[in-house]
Amino acid sequence: MSHSSAHSPAEHAVDDHDHDVAAHVRTYLIIFGALLLGTVLTVAMYYVDFSSMALTVAVALFIATIKAFLVAGYFMHLLSEKKLVFGVLILAAIFFISLMGLTLWGSGDLPRNSDFKTLYVP
Amino acid sequence: MEIPYTYKARPDTGLYNAKVGIWLFLASEIMLFGALFSAYILLRVTAPAGFWPDLALAWPRGLLNIPIGTFNTAVLITSSVTVVLAWASLKMNNFARFRVYMVMTVVCALAFLGIKSFEYNDKFSHYVVRLKDGKSLTGHIEVDGRHPRFWNFDDQWSVAKLTEKKIEKIKVEVDPPRDINGHVKKHEGHGSDAHPAQEVAVSDIESMGSYTPATHPFFAVYFLITALHGLHVLVGALVLAYFAFPGAKMWKSNPEQFINRIEVGGLFWHFVDLVWIFLFPVVYLL
Repeated sequence: MSHSSAHSPAEHAVDDHDHDVAAHVRTYLIIFGALLLGTVLTVAMYYVDFSSMALTVAVALFIATIKAFLVAGYFMHLLSEKKLVFGVLILAAIFFISLMGLTLWGSGDLPRNSDFKTLYVP
Repeated sequence: MEIPYTYKARPDTGLYNAKVGIWLFLASEIMLFGALFSAYILLRVTAPAGFWPDLALAWPRGLLNIPIGTFNTAVLITSSVTVVLAWASLKMNNFARFRVYMVMTVVCALAFLGIKSFEYNDKFSHYVVRLKDGKSLTGHIEVDGRHPRFWNFDDQWSVAKLTEKKIEKIKVEVDPPRDINGHVKKHEGHGSDAHPAQEVAVSDIESMGSYTPATHPFFAVYFLITALHGLHVLVGALVLAYFAFPGAKMWKSNPEQFINRIEVGGLFWHFVDLVWIFLFPVVYLL
């Protein structure tokens, strides 16, 4: 896209994707609604008794992950991002998953269910 | 010397440099918060039973104010959409609307911090009181007719300090009983009746502590992660406020670079929202 020097500086900012941006605004508002709905759902789940802590945690983290996907994918434009950004994030994901995996693996070796008074003296 | 690739994409990466920079920074932030979440997991799975008085639970649940936390989540999500709309407004060459959205974002950030400090303050006057007969109470306390305040560390009470000050009785506004999931059982009354005040003789108390890190690892990890998150909100608000006012001069001199700055600032802001999306269920609901 070429500009003559007669254009105001702001017009330089307008690129070929101008019309796409207007369409994107609609998407942003839909995602906004979905995120608010997700928040209501997260809180509603708290009042449901799943009778299993593992299931409760799984449901809460599942909803949070979907919300995170919406924010990263649309607000942060990750769905249409260049390869290099994914390279950086895949590396971070590998380290993050390793960290959480080692945490859960190692937690089995720690003492638990001991009498709190032997550990905690106020 | 001019800084290269502030708005033109670098041919080999296909990105302007600031975007590569912010994503590297966000990757390191994932690890920072990841480390704290892993600390949370370890503290929680190894917490001994009976650590928390209610029903011999190892880990307290439902102690934070869920309606307020939900409202704050909505505030942060709103700020996330306004910051992306601010960027889109610039893309559509509408500076006035950009500024409106940016101001809305900063107002949301300040509202979030204000609400959070209200919650913090509340925890400093909320106590666990373990009695010598083996029972325990939780609730806000009154000593000498006033609630302890967070800005005054002299106002934090222990049995030794109450004895030293020759205070014989304290008042506890007893919390309603909770079930195993931390849900409040059916209210016996409403308003002040839901928290009946009870006088407790200091000589009957074995130990007591406020809802602060010294009392339980839950509060240690809660205050640590939410305060670090709050610091991110504060810094983000300062940066976005700078872009909305003094930094907006660049819109006249170099609009493409300015739009990129807004995008990069927005990426940071969305990350702060992302952390909260996980933090809210983890500390408030689970």
